[in-house]
Amino acid sequence: MSILHTVNKSPFERANLSSCLGHANAGDAIMLYEDAVIAAMNGTAFAARIADAAKGCKICVLGADLKARGLDPANVVAGVSVIDYAGFVDLAADNASVNAWL
Amino acid sequence: MAYECNGKTIEADEEGFLVNISDWNEQLAELIAKDEGVPMSPEHWEVINFLRDYYAEYQIAPAVRVLTKAIAKKMGPEKGSNKYLYELFPYGPGKQACKIAGLPKPTGCV
Amino acid sequence: MEDDFDGGTVKKFMFVNRKAPYGTIYALEVLEMVLISAAFDQDVHLAFLDDGVLQIKKGQDTKDLGHKNFSPTYRALEGYDIEKLFVEQESLEERGLTAADLMVDVEVISRADMAKLMGEMDVILTA
Repeated sequence: MSILHTVNKSPFERANLSSCLGHANAGDAIMLYEDAVIAAMNGTAFAARIADAAKGCKICVLGADLKARGLDPANVVAGVSVIDYAGFVDLAADNASVNAWL
Repeated sequence: MAYECNGKTIEADEEGFLVNISDWNEQLAELIAKDEGVPMSPEHWEVINFLRDYYAEYQIAPAVRVLTKAIAKKMGPEKGSNKYLYELFPYGPGKQACKIAGLPKPTGCV
Repeated sequence: MEDDFDGGTVKKFMFVNRKAPYGTIYALEVLEMVLISAAFDQDVHLAFLDDGVLQIKKGQDTKDLGHKNFSPTYRALEGYDIEKLFVEQESLEERGLTAADLMVDVEVISRADMAKLMGEMDVILTA
């Protein structure tokens, strides 16, 4: 059974993303939104871990949150999908359960 | 609301549960029981004391199901039954007995 | 998902504790939720990882904080028939702790096994 993991805190402020990456199984989806979207960008200290996780998991980032923060959707880590709210809903529907890493 | 006990005013919430559990004493228990229409007997006290011991050990008022089971374990199935406990405390061994014992309302009890 | 409100369905629930007690209200709130969940006869699992392992550290004394020490309540879970407690080995190690530092009987499992276990749940609540 696949899980949709959601993370909404910056990895530079909290360990939520780190812990999530440590508990995501192959085939799970990880949704980055609100302050977590910075983790999706190229050139951050987390980029390598995200790229690595994207090999086994579907990693998505909410476009609206990138845009609001002036972060370029074209510059996300390779393998990360930029999605909208409807895509977020689809992710929730496509997975058996949701784990919100609050 | 509040209770008047020995010339002192003891604070309680709108349902009659003590605000500070450290305010409790046996005299106050008798007073709350009277308010509730419960005539305190040694059997009532046995349950009240059991509840207070449980709270001292676990820091919560047990759910009725858990209380019944724990009493059965300690005092036998006769006393560890809903029938016995509801006869002593018609408004519920959870809610009513906890109120008399000076404990908070059991978690999950509405 | 159609059977969400079917009273006869037993689901696998996991409450995941990741935060230390006292600094925030999360640990206490989850504990209350767990106690309430016991009334619904579901298959309840409790996981402690990251700072959550501190919730069941032995020897807590909150007198000087003026806070209620709710750690003894974890020992009441058994009476509520909640007996599936899992602690993550790596989280303990990162904090210099071992199973001997914990106040309740738990199963210590690896991060990889914890991830696997999460994958078997119907509902996961992390706080």
